[in-house]
Amino acid sequence: MASEETTSVLVIDDNPIRASIIEEGLRAAGCMQVRLATDMHGIAATIEALQPDVIVIDLGNPNRDMLENAFQLSRAVKKPIAMFVDHSDAAATAAAIEAGVSAYVVDGLKPQRIKPILEMAVGRFNAFAKMERELQMARDALSERKLVERAKAILMRQRNIDEERAYRIMRSAAMNQNRRLAEIAESLITAASLLDDEK
Amino acid sequence: MTRLSAGFLPLMDAAILIAAARLGFADQEGIELQLMRDASWANIRDRIAIGHFDAAHMLAPMPIAANLGLGPLPGRLAAPFAMGLGGNAICVGNELAAEILSQGDGASTLPIHDAALSGHRLAAALEQRRRGGRATRFAVVHSHSGHNLELRYFMAASGIDPDGDVEIVIVPPPFMPDALASGRIDGFCVGEPWSNVAIARGVGRVIATKNAIWRSSPEKVLAVRHVLLDDDPGLVHALVRALYRAAVWCDEPGNHSELAHLLAEPGHLNVPATILQDSLAGRFGPDDDTGGRDFFVTCRRAATFPWRSHALWLYSQMVRWNLLDHSSANAKIANGTYRPDVYRAALAGTDALLPASDAKVEGALTQARDLPSADGRTLLIGPDGFMDGRIFDPAELDSYIAEQRGDVK
Repeated sequence: MASEETTSVLVIDDNPIRASIIEEGLRAAGCMQVRLATDMHGIAATIEALQPDVIVIDLGNPNRDMLENAFQLSRAVKKPIAMFVDHSDAAATAAAIEAGVSAYVVDGLKPQRIKPILEMAVGRFNAFAKMERELQMARDALSERKLVERAKAILMRQRNIDEERAYRIMRSAAMNQNRRLAEIAESLITAASLLDDEK
Repeated sequence: MTRLSAGFLPLMDAAILIAAARLGFADQEGIELQLMRDASWANIRDRIAIGHFDAAHMLAPMPIAANLGLGPLPGRLAAPFAMGLGGNAICVGNELAAEILSQGDGASTLPIHDAALSGHRLAAALEQRRRGGRATRFAVVHSHSGHNLELRYFMAASGIDPDGDVEIVIVPPPFMPDALASGRIDGFCVGEPWSNVAIARGVGRVIATKNAIWRSSPEKVLAVRHVLLDDDPGLVHALVRALYRAAVWCDEPGNHSELAHLLAEPGHLNVPATILQDSLAGRFGPDDDTGGRDFFVTCRRAATFPWRSHALWLYSQMVRWNLLDHSSANAKIANGTYRPDVYRAALAGTDALLPASDAKVEGALTQARDLPSADGRTLLIGPDGFMDGRIFDPAELDSYIAEQRGDVK
């Protein structure tokens, strides 16, 4: 890639993990000039110094309003910066917002240079969201297992049965009622705590 | 049931929308209203443009700006309903508050309901700072906001040039108290509860309420996608009715405790209910611990009516501060963004009192007055005066804009 063709990108993200995932993707895609900013403090000066062609910021960042205003005021930016060069590409815009990506692009930059950057950012954002979801599911699974353990102990005590039998009762209840084992466990624990209150 | 999604920002004036979704008012109209809290006004603007939201809690100048093409994405919006009147305040840090107090008559409280007096003392304090070589920075939430326009009006009416004597920056509402505490800004203009949060943390004091700058003034609106209005006007009417009923409920002081707890929930504002009760009542710490001066009006006095004169005043101020150019075509777009016709169609046949006209002369009602409603009953409206006694007659838009060009420069 010739140096005059190099697109410089500024990534603003207060989540350092996601920011580095995006940075790595941009570098892999051939963007050599990538800068990260995790703090909005002095962002106008950063933009002025860096003169980025593209700025990527996550939609969850409340500072988007501040950033847009910095563009309006800044003399540094060559032309007004608009989100997504090509308004006609509604699908790409929707996909980006869906993923939580917001991008600002210097007006006049060729769409074919923006597209791969945006697509990469969207892909990385989605991958990060998927990772977070999986992490949450793993956490949920862990707490679900604890719920089942507690419910099992309650059943064993109340009915004076062994662990295996308690588990089978819960599992068949879950199957008959078409509910998850954790939900059955939760209602058992709730019921037991209500009964305990009455004593 | 028809599902509608609506975006909002964590502010007290999202109350009508939140109450409509959570207390059954939307259900009664056959609408499953899904609320989505967002982080920035730019997100609200972009998400409604691409259809993530059907409707949104929005800064009143924002749909006007969108229809004038000032946003990054195309897509027309309509504002058929106002989310109440008032609800903002100008708050300053302790240091500037002390400097303003020292300009006064020795009293220990700030005249928050007398904007002219407060502005006069602020101007004197700023003059002192200028002589000492100290700059002053205020923050608002967005340039296309009532906050930006009323802060500038307050300053200009007090002889302060908002573009020369101070710097005005953008800070998201929930970050305002922190920015004030850290000294990055000296003051801000924002919707509640963020001034009361600053007061509770001991980092700021209010110098003027929105109501003291322009009584009964517009703040947020319901924005809906114009395509929704084209495709299914009946659904928009149902949404307006649901919000109207929610506004009636919110207006009842007896419901404020419940409303404060509803707004306090983590998924809504995530601010203590005790602070929100102060916000709803218009109490501002030691400078006004009694409240009750129509600080935030959700329904009475035609508070939800989208007055065309409000749209045009906001337009006139966006022109004044160089956010857009004035032309009759632009004024027509601004005027057409507000949709009192939709409001009327939605509430026809209900017991709601509808104003007889779509616009009024702003500043003409120095006191609340009983006016005939559209069906001949009486409707109490106003007062709607500006702090400097100036009148805005929407029929004289051009001369109003020309006059203000000569004011502060």
